[in-house]
Amino acid sequence: MASKLTLSNRAGWTFALPGFALIFTFIVLPFFFAIGLSLTNQRLLSPNPTQFVGLENYQQLLGLAVVTLEPERNDAGEMIRNAAGEIQYPRLRAITRSDDYPQYRGMREWFHWQSGENVMIVIASDVVFMKALVNTFLFVLVVAPVQGSLALMLALLINHKVKGINLFRTIYFMPVVVSIVVVSLLWRFIYDGQNGLLNSILQALTFGLFQPVDWLGSPSTALPAVMAMSIWQAVGFHMVIWLAGLQTISPTLYEAAAIEGASRWQTFRYVTWPGLRNTAVLVLVVITMQGFALFAQIDVMTNGGPLDSTQTLVFQAVERGYGKQDISGGSTISVILFAIVLAISLIQRWLTRER
Amino acid sequence: MKLTKHLTGVVIASTCLCAPALAQTRLTMWYHGAGNEVESRILNQIISDFNTSQSDWTVTIESFPEKSYNDSVAAAALAGNLPDILDVDGPVMPNWAWAGYLQPLPIDESEFADFLPGTKGVWDGKLYSVGLWDAAVALFARQSTLDELGLRKPTLDKPWSREEFTAALDAAKASGKYEFALDLGMNDQAEWYSYAFSPFLQSFGGDIVDRSTYKTAEGALNGEAAQAFGKWWQSLFSGGYAPGTSEDPADQQTGFIGGKFAFQWNGNWRAVATMEAVDDVVFLPAPDFGAGNKIGAGSWQFGVSAKSKHPEGAAEFIKFAAQDKYLAAFSDGIGLIPPTPSAAQMTKNYSGGPLAVFFDLSKAQALVRPVTPGYVVQAKVFTKALADIANGADVADTLDAAVDEIDADIESNSGYGHR
Repeated sequence: MASKLTLSNRAGWTFALPGFALIFTFIVLPFFFAIGLSLTNQRLLSPNPTQFVGLENYQQLLGLAVVTLEPERNDAGEMIRNAAGEIQYPRLRAITRSDDYPQYRGMREWFHWQSGENVMIVIASDVVFMKALVNTFLFVLVVAPVQGSLALMLALLINHKVKGINLFRTIYFMPVVVSIVVVSLLWRFIYDGQNGLLNSILQALTFGLFQPVDWLGSPSTALPAVMAMSIWQAVGFHMVIWLAGLQTISPTLYEAAAIEGASRWQTFRYVTWPGLRNTAVLVLVVITMQGFALFAQIDVMTNGGPLDSTQTLVFQAVERGYGKQDISGGSTISVILFAIVLAISLIQRWLTRER
Repeated sequence: MKLTKHLTGVVIASTCLCAPALAQTRLTMWYHGAGNEVESRILNQIISDFNTSQSDWTVTIESFPEKSYNDSVAAAALAGNLPDILDVDGPVMPNWAWAGYLQPLPIDESEFADFLPGTKGVWDGKLYSVGLWDAAVALFARQSTLDELGLRKPTLDKPWSREEFTAALDAAKASGKYEFALDLGMNDQAEWYSYAFSPFLQSFGGDIVDRSTYKTAEGALNGEAAQAFGKWWQSLFSGGYAPGTSEDPADQQTGFIGGKFAFQWNGNWRAVATMEAVDDVVFLPAPDFGAGNKIGAGSWQFGVSAKSKHPEGAAEFIKFAAQDKYLAAFSDGIGLIPPTPSAAQMTKNYSGGPLAVFFDLSKAQALVRPVTPGYVVQAKVFTKALADIANGADVADTLDAAVDEIDADIESNSGYGHR
């Protein structure tokens, strides 16, 4: 550990001190608070004393079970069918609320599938959290590759010494500078179901054939709509990082490749891409972390709806901690989110390590 | 313009005068109406009048956007930074009182003897907050629409029944003149849902929570009446009568005025602006779904924070602000209901004017939201349940889940202090 960095670098450490102090006060310390709070039943506003509850909050969030519903049968043992011929099942609540199954108390259906004449139901003690977890992963899985590659393409496009290129750089970068809340509000109008800009454009392009879609109002399109808008908003930021990476690649390499007669694709594949290695790791890690922190767009555009199709982990953490005054529940989500992001970052580092 | 100039002058003058006048003790006040010009103007007038009327106190105000106001107060309470005078939404008051962030008003209750009941925040038998106005919700419509569609004009004594209301929506939809028959303001998923829509549930015979004990929502929010309400609520959206949760946020301001809707479920704070734009607007009472016609009551009120070092100063200010002339000013400016009959006499709209109907609505139909510290969570759960049902979720499952969540919350808060 004893190196030049740690020993004879007093000025450097002095300069870093304010930064470290701020990071410690506002990031490290609250994080340990969150871990502590997640083990209690602390409320935001309450005269009741705080109690240590161990891992109860985690069980409450992560509890899962599978139950089997058998068809309802009449006295003769035949299955009861309704008018449409569908098999009738008892209500799930008859199980989750009965005293015979105390372990299922308060749990709700997450999803189900048919298995022969029975229905298998996965029940979760916190369905909304589970949906938020899935949505957040979906968001990152789509946004990270799409936003990263779009940003690279834009960077390649504007990495030319042409007159007026700064104009394009500015235009692509503009959405990054505008507050995300403002951007979200604007896109809410763009996505409007009756006379939004997007619907109007699509109708004009298809000569009226296109049926207006309520982009943020239907469960199947709401999350993709938020994804598209988020990709557009932050793509300029990553474009600039890519551009910085592109400009560190020595022009002599390109000249050598040209002399060797390399095609455009070969130049990109064997000169540009290897030169962007470290940039790629950075961009990927940053997009992933930003993706997991998805909040403002949801808060402004959908409130987690319709039908939980845009719930996310951070939105739920805030909704619980502040909205429902359950600060320990919100802290628990934050700790779980931290564990997820840490694990993914470590995996990414390992996958992209120098071999 | 002249008024603005005059006001700016007063404000500048008062700041210049106050700065050296150290004898005055500073009182801080938080308000929810940032960005609301008319409200701020009247309130600033009251404050500058108060500051110049006596030499003991100066009140300074800080305004927050309504959407984040409650969160800001919660955060400040946690950090111990609450102001002396707090603006509090009526139904939230028990929560703050229970948590120990408000103190009972150090003012004799007889001062407010003639105030409308909805403007007085009472928790645990003590008066904690008092409002300078009450609000009411009504069904906005045009008289010409009623005539055209051949609809009977409902009155307080004989409101529309559920069948008549459905028939009215059907007629509006069939006329083909409107984008939607009814505007409910579905995009506003803050306090609006429980304020504006829980009276429908109560009119069906259900409620957000069982008010006899406040220990459970079982039976109230998922009983037969609530299930019937849920199915009716869902039919509004599946039947295409009203836009869903993705509704344009501007609709509550401009939708009805612009003719997009035949009917609008809206608050009286929009009444003045609507009257200016629509000549033949009528404000109709809520339909009766079987258990009487109801609307919500209780609006924003002033209270004194528990940590205030100068409760007597805060009380002075609240008493000062509760003068009839200021109550009338708020009413004239925004259309809100003045809390006292004497103030009502001084207003343009309530002394027999076009808004007098709201005074009657408030007196006849108003029901405060559940008076319990758990209301804050219950309102959130109710809002989500209604949004989900509007978006097509199974009614029975959604209401059952909402009941489970409310009951779990009451339990984890040891019953919220209800005995």
